[in-house]
Order: sequence, then structure tokens, then C-alpha cells
Amino acid sequence: MTQAQPIVVQRWNVLSIAAVTSLVALLVVLAFGPSYLGPNLTDRLTTLFIYVILAAMWNALAGYAGLVSVGQQAFFGLGAYAAIRLSHAGLNVYLALVLAPLLVGAASFPLSALALRLRGGEFAIGMWVFAELAHLLVNLDGLVQGETGTSLIALSALAPDVRRACNYWIALALMAVLVGLVFVLLRTRTGAAIQAIRDDEDAAASVGVRVFATKRLIFVLAAAGCAAAGSLTLSTLITFQPKTYFSVQWTAYMIFMTLVGGLGTFEGPIIGAVIFFAIETIFGGSGVWYLVGLGATALLFSLFLPRGIWGTLTDRFGIHLMPVGYRLRFRSGGPR
Amino acid sequence: MANELAQGVLLGCYYALIACGLSFMFGVLRIINLAHGSIAVLAAYVVWVIAEHWNVSPFLALGAVVPVMTAAGWLLQRTVLERSLRSGALTPLLSTFGLAIVIDNLLFSKFGADTRSMAPNIGDLAFASWNLPGGVTIGQLALLTAVVAVTLLGGLQLFLARTPLGRAIRATAEDPDTAELVGIDSRKVYAAATAISMVTVAIAGTFLALRATFDPYAGSTQLIFAFEAIVIGGTGSLWGTLIGGIALGVAQNLGSQINPQGFLITGHLVFFAVLAARFFIAGRSPRSMVRALLRTSP
Amino acid sequence: MSLLAVEQLDARHGQLQAVRDVSFAIEEGEILALIGANGAGKTTLLRAVAGAHRIAAGRILFDGGDVSSARANRRVGLGITLVPEGRRLFAGMTVEENLLVGAASGRRGRWNVDAVLEAFPMLRPLVKRRAGDLSGGQQQATAIGRSLMSNPRVLLVDEVSLGLSPVAVEQVYESLQAVIASGATIVLVEQDLGRALRVATRVACMLEGRIVLEARATEVTREEVTEAYFGLKRPRRSGTP
Repeated sequence: MTQAQPIVVQRWNVLSIAAVTSLVALLVVLAFGPSYLGPNLTDRLTTLFIYVILAAMWNALAGYAGLVSVGQQAFFGLGAYAAIRLSHAGLNVYLALVLAPLLVGAASFPLSALALRLRGGEFAIGMWVFAELAHLLVNLDGLVQGETGTSLIALSALAPDVRRACNYWIALALMAVLVGLVFVLLRTRTGAAIQAIRDDEDAAASVGVRVFATKRLIFVLAAAGCAAAGSLTLSTLITFQPKTYFSVQWTAYMIFMTLVGGLGTFEGPIIGAVIFFAIETIFGGSGVWYLVGLGATALLFSLFLPRGIWGTLTDRFGIHLMPVGYRLRFRSGGPR
Repeated sequence: MANELAQGVLLGCYYALIACGLSFMFGVLRIINLAHGSIAVLAAYVVWVIAEHWNVSPFLALGAVVPVMTAAGWLLQRTVLERSLRSGALTPLLSTFGLAIVIDNLLFSKFGADTRSMAPNIGDLAFASWNLPGGVTIGQLALLTAVVAVTLLGGLQLFLARTPLGRAIRATAEDPDTAELVGIDSRKVYAAATAISMVTVAIAGTFLALRATFDPYAGSTQLIFAFEAIVIGGTGSLWGTLIGGIALGVAQNLGSQINPQGFLITGHLVFFAVLAARFFIAGRSPRSMVRALLRTSP
Repeated sequence: MSLLAVEQLDARHGQLQAVRDVSFAIEEGEILALIGANGAGKTTLLRAVAGAHRIAAGRILFDGGDVSSARANRRVGLGITLVPEGRRLFAGMTVEENLLVGAASGRRGRWNVDAVLEAFPMLRPLVKRRAGDLSGGQQQATAIGRSLMSNPRVLLVDEVSLGLSPVAVEQVYESLQAVIASGATIVLVEQDLGRALRVATRVACMLEGRIVLEARATEVTREEVTEAYFGLKRPRRSGTP
């Protein structure tokens, strides 16, 4: 029967084309950052890029794979530690910073065999225990000297301007790559699998979705991503004190950003990172009342605005900026 | 060696004490309260304040705190947890984590970073001990903690097995929808379970303050120990939590003999080893075992 | 005034309309058999009356009061109890504990553990047995007993014979006779037409969410019911008070 299809599956529309184009343009503009941004702004933006990575990774885990991890600081710390070790072994410092997350990602592969068998709260705390264990084991390394810590000496050898610019570019590049990976993932069959798993894991399995493999992919990606954030943070701080890098506070930041921005959406974590960055800039990022505020906000959002700012906007007005979903368009002029 | 074992067992009883509230909530409400440790530390601070301010024994102060904690638990359930449960599986984790951060930092803002202890408030009890043959030293406070832990666990077990509310809790834990159909108000049951859990947390927090030092951020460590005890012990009744706690305590103590860091590392390693063994040998998840927690048949 | 009255009830499963504009009333002491094919809406209707399913429109009146928005456990307290489809026992608890839990609403009356064991003698040797280990027939007996423990004024029974051997069904119905003899008011969902007509005082047949036949059991023939069951004839409703 030759009959024109009444329904067309559409992935792009005007809004999403505009959004993606502007995003690419923004990246290009940012790439030239160090030339027109002052030193202070360059540093601040580097930090923002790190936050975006953290938020995007935690969102991938919790929002797409449904895995709430209270232990991602494990990979954050291990990323920085791996960079220290690689640099100490003689590797070029920036190569070490990029290689470290790859190593950590690879190491998370066997870990996933055990970790992914846990569900819900068990997974959450299980990862926290892993973070504690990683912290303790790293402390045992003579190079690190327990809580005294050490530093990425090779970086101090560089001139501040050069170092600042390189940190910026590496952070920008890694952010673009990681966020880009999430985008690509969502657009492929894996993306549909992810959304299916998030909505109903058993139903997804029953239609042939490879649940474990998909979750593992996200788990490893999130591990590598958080490790990248850790090594990037090391590049900005230069010093490595295990207590700072393995602190559960990083998870608190990640949860705040994703909850406020919008769990389970693509744009949400980016928005959340920007908001968190703004709050930190204004309120100084230190002091207990700042943390109380973060915790209280996360608590209130989880109870009253669980979809976050972007998620609520999307639900209410049906806007989707990035083309990660599917739209059904009815040719005969039916409902869009 | 014998002494290390004894110390491990006694320590383990403390772990069981702090763990039983967590496993109770997990078994009944199916959520892990990430603020569990922080609430224990909060209770410790409250008891400490009362004991210091009115110059009374911490045990008396605890008596005053118990009704407060009962009410707080009921409130926690009706405000935070009930909403969270309705929103989905992830939300309770996120909201209780947020709550933990709030509690930890509020405590820090009020009490500062100094570590505290209530050992001075109980005089000799803090360090008096009996010397047994074989080089084993049994601290009086440690023994008291162990006795309280076992009594509490036994009491909870009896409560679940014999009382109408206990039965209602077990029924709701197993099948909340059908529980409603037989006339059980699941909301009241959840609130009661949370309140009971909070009381055990208050007791555990008090003993934490007596036996060790505590600071505003001690909550996360307590949460982790409690969780490890539950997972290691897992099978059977609440007694499994006792066994898990003891196993953890013994492992930690033996580990500390090798290396000062070994205390914590050994505990975590045993935790992962048991987890792996459970999956790759027995193939059961911790959750199904914790559900078995509330079965009373042997 | 009827003991239980349902007025223009609508209930949905997501987008699917499971119960359409259903109205009926039941007096004290009546046994109403609700029959119909799978998917006709019988279970949804029963669950809606019990408070386990949200209603989209209409009212449920019990003893003159509107209970449409009352939670299930509150309805049990008022005297409406459902024996759910598939028994839904608390498998980890013993038979005795299941019965005791049934009394959670605190309603007093002629039914207690001893009375239930009298009506269902097969359960006597099983009181300490784990409910999950029982056979289908034993589970059904326990489920009915559990619901009786709340001393309901209206007992809603959903698919008693589902998955049971003929012998087991026979046993359950024997015990059910004792319950009926005590003057209970029952709404019984049943696939077995013959049994339904034997036990009931009134019969209602559902098709695609609507009631298409409602009559006194004595006034209607098997043929008429069968026709209504399969939707072969135009619906007829008897003029019941």
C-alpha cells in the first residue's frame, strides 16, 4: 500500500538549530578567551568549566542511569592523584592531566562489575565507602605523605600566564568533549536506551535494551569525567591534599547543581553549574552558612521542585533547546 | 590476640546500636536515610548541652531527649520523607543528603570545630574496666554499650513479633497497598517507624559521645559504619545487624594491629569482600536480605 | 436507604476507561454477584469502592455518607473491606499474624481468630505456618478470614476461584456459606456463572465497563445472563428498589 506517512519523526527544529549554532559559536569565542579576558576572569571561567563537567557527569549518572552516587569524589580525587603520579613519573604535565582521567575511567570498568549490582541507597553509600577507601589508600602513598599532601611541581615551573592559558584551554576542551559525548550518546540508540532505563528498567530489559552495558557505559564516563574535573582542579590549585579532593563536599556541589538546574535534562546541569558558579562568586564559597544554604536549597528543590528550574520550564512550556529527543509531527495539520 | 577480639566484639556492639535504626528504616520504608549519622551526632550534641548546662548525668539527659527525638522522627517522616517517597526512588536520597549537609553545618556554626566528649561527665565509668585472664580487658562503658545494644535489638525484635503495631509495621513493609486494604494507616506506620528509628539514633548518639570524641562532621563516618554493619551482617533477623557490627568491629581491630591506617581500611575491605561474595556466590542483593530482617520465623 | 450505593461511577486505567457510568445499590444482607469477562471492569469497580483505585467521576455512598474521597484504610474502619484479587497475603507472616493484622482497624464484632477458624476449619492446623507456604485454597481462606477480622458491614470479594482447583473452590464456598449464613452483605466477583447464581440474591453483569444486566437471581435465567456476558442482547435493568 503506497500511502504517504502521516507522521514524521523530527529531530531538529528551528529552535534547536539556533541553539546548537549559538553554542558552537560560543565555544569558538571562548577559545580565544585568554587573549581578551583578564587573568582573573580566565581563572574564574576555568573553574566554571570544571563545574559544568561535574554537573554534567553527575546528571548523566543520576538523571539518565538512575544511579545516585554519593561517592563521585572518589574519582575526583583519583584523577588528581593519577595526574600527580604520572607527572612524577616524568610525563609531560599536561599530558598527565589528560591521561589521568582516561586511566581512572579504565580502572572504573572492573569496579562497575560490583558497583552496578547495587541499587538505590546501597549504591549511593557503597560509592561513598569506595571514596573513603580510595582516600585512605592514597594516603598510604609515600609521595603523598598522608594529609600533608604534595603538589604538581612541574606546573609551578611554568610562567603564570602560560599556565593560566593552558589550564583554561584544557578545561574548555575537556568540557566540550565530555558534554559533547553526552550529547552524542543521547542522540544514538544508547540515548533511547538510557531514557528507557530511566523510565522503567524492567520494561526496557524486556524489549531488549542491554541495561547493564548501558549503565556501565555511563558509569565509566562519569568516572572519567569526574576524574577530569579532579585533574583540572589540581591544575588550578597545584597542591594536592587528599582531604580536599576526596571530600564529600564535591558530591554536595554536584547534587546542588543538578537538582537546581534540572535532573535528567541535557541543558539543566549546565544551567545549574552557572547558577552555582554565580552563587559561589557572590557569597564567597566558604563559611558554613554557604554550605547550609546549599544543603537547604538541594533539600527544598528535591521536595518541591524535583525537576529543577530547566526541567520545570521544559514541562510547562515544552521548550527543548538541544535536539536530544524526538518530536512527532503530524503532516495533516494535527496536533504538534 | 584475645584482647583484640574482645575489643572488636565490644566495638561491634556499638556499631550494631547505631546501625539498627538505619536498617529499621531501610526495611520498613525502603529508603536509606543519608542523614542518619548526622542525626546521631545532633542527638549527641543535644545530650551534651543538657548534661553540661544542668550538670546532670548524660543518661538522665538522654531520658529527656528521647521524647524530643520521637517527635522529631514523626515530624521528619511527615514533612521530608513522605514527600520524598512519593516523588520516586531517587528523591529520598537527595533530600536526606541535603538534610545531612544542613545538620552538619548548622552544628558547626553553633559549636565550632572542636571535638567534644562526654566521658568527663560520667566519671569513672569512662575508663573503669575489669581485667580477665588471658590479658583481656573489658571496659565497663564498653560492656554497658554492648548490653544496651543487645537489649535494644532484642526489644525491637520482640516488638515487631508480638505487638499489633509491630505486625502493622511488618505488613506495611512487605506490601503497603494491601496493608491499607486491611485497615492499616500506612502513613502512621511510617511515622511510627521513623520515630522508633530516631529513638535508637538518640541512644546511639549518646553512647558515641560517651565512648569517643565527636565533632560536627562525625556524622558521615557513623553513617558509613552503620551501613557496613548492615551489609556485612545482612541475613535473618535484626540479629544479623549485631553479627555484622561485630564482624566489622573485629575486622577493624585486627587491621589496626597491622597498621594504624589499617583500622579503617580493613573495615572497608571486609565490606567489599562480603558484598562481592554475596553477589558472586550467593547471588542475593543486600536489600532482599534486609527485607528478611523483619521476618520473625527462624 | 441502601447500605452501599454507587452513583455514576467512572474510573480509569491511565487513558483507558475501565468503569463507565456505573450505578447500583445494595441492601443489608444481600449477596450481589458481579460477573463479566476479563477486562470488563469488575476488579476496578471493586477496588474503587474499597478505596484502592481513584475515581474520575461519580460518588460512593455508604450508610448515607459520602466516602468517595476516603482512603482505603478509613473505609475499612467504616465497614467496607475488600478481599483482593490474587489473595495478596503477607507472605512473610504466619496465618495467625495475617488474621491478627486484619483486625488493625479496631472494629469489633462477631469475627475474631476463633470465629474465623470455626468458619475455615482447614486453617486450624496451619495457624503458625508461613502464609507464603500455603496452597492456593488455604491462602484464599486466609485472605477471606483476614478481611472478616475487620468485621465488615460490606465484604467485597474479588475472584475467589482464580487459580484454584475445583476441590479448593468447593471448600472455600462451603466456608463462604457460613459467612453468608451469618447475615453478611457481600459483593462477589465470580467467573463461574453457575456458582454465582446459586449463591447470590442479585446478579449484575458488566461489559466493557458498564452494567448491562441487573436482576434478582431468581428472576433471571442462565441464558439471559450468558447473553449479557457476551453482549449479545440489549441491556436490561430490573426495577430494583
